[in-house]
Amino acid sequence: MAASGGDGGLPVPSLSEFFPPAIAFEGTLFEFNRITLVRWVSVIVLCTFFWLVARRATLVPGRAQSIAEIGLDFVRVNIAEEVLGKHRARPYVPLLTVMFFAILAMNITGVVPGLNIASTSVVTVPLLLAITAFVAFIWAGIKNHGVVGYVRTTLFPSGVPWPLYVILTPIEIISTFILRPATLTIRLMANMLAGHLLLVTFFGLTNYLFVEASGALKVVGVLTFGAAFAFTVFEIFIAALQAYIFTLLTAVYISLSQEAH
Amino acid sequence: MDNTTLAELTGNIATIGYGLATLGPGIGIGLLVAKTQESVARQPEVAGQLRVNMFIGMALVEALGLIGLVAGLIF
Repeated sequence: MAASGGDGGLPVPSLSEFFPPAIAFEGTLFEFNRITLVRWVSVIVLCTFFWLVARRATLVPGRAQSIAEIGLDFVRVNIAEEVLGKHRARPYVPLLTVMFFAILAMNITGVVPGLNIASTSVVTVPLLLAITAFVAFIWAGIKNHGVVGYVRTTLFPSGVPWPLYVILTPIEIISTFILRPATLTIRLMANMLAGHLLLVTFFGLTNYLFVEASGALKVVGVLTFGAAFAFTVFEIFIAALQAYIFTLLTAVYISLSQEAH
Repeated sequence: MDNTTLAELTGNIATIGYGLATLGPGIGIGLLVAKTQESVARQPEVAGQLRVNMFIGMALVEALGLIGLVAGLIF
């Protein structure tokens, strides 16, 4: 966490935090920087964890297997089946599960010492996930109603006097096909970005107050350190909550386009 | 400061903009959580369903505040 305050001034975090210098392949499409590295680390850790658990899966689960099973069960029962219903949820459980664990793993890197940045705090990963959700709920609608049927049920809801379609249809187009993926992206990205900036501010301030400030001001540093600690715990909660909300909303959108009336 | 200027403020107007952007979602989330709590107190057996709905609503309300944050950083 590079809170670069400069020469003893108050450390002010800036957006350059999220655009670190490239490590390799600079200037190409495959530019590799610190955040990309963190992404790879989280993906490798996630895959290794599930691979190890799945390789030695036993009927009576051990400690690691229990954790994995609680997580998998949570996504299947509390997200997919709660929103979509037991039968309709089946084909979407794999997608929702991957989504949940990928987001959780990439969010949690924001509080892991040494990594210290959520890999979802740069727009590309949330955008990719939102496009996946977008494709999933359109596919669900087309599968259930056919292309024409889906467009009709989404854009021309029945039970409305026809002149109202002049207003209703543009609103539906904007809210379904533009605002849904846009808000999914922005919600995840901005939450992680704001969390990182908060942590940088508090830890940077603590460092400044302990090292640079004189006398009584040092005591204030204890307060800011307490706040920094509290916000770290809060960030862990937010990381899980955002993974939950993203997956839940994807399930809700799939459900809405399935039962579009 | 020259003679005609009486007071001077420096800083970014976007800060005030973000302050304004949090007002609406703040009230919204307050209402959401309060009403959900009320409903859970009345009917504890549907708490699970209510919690899911609360999170969906919260996600939609929260998006407004976050758009305010992002807009402040971009413009």
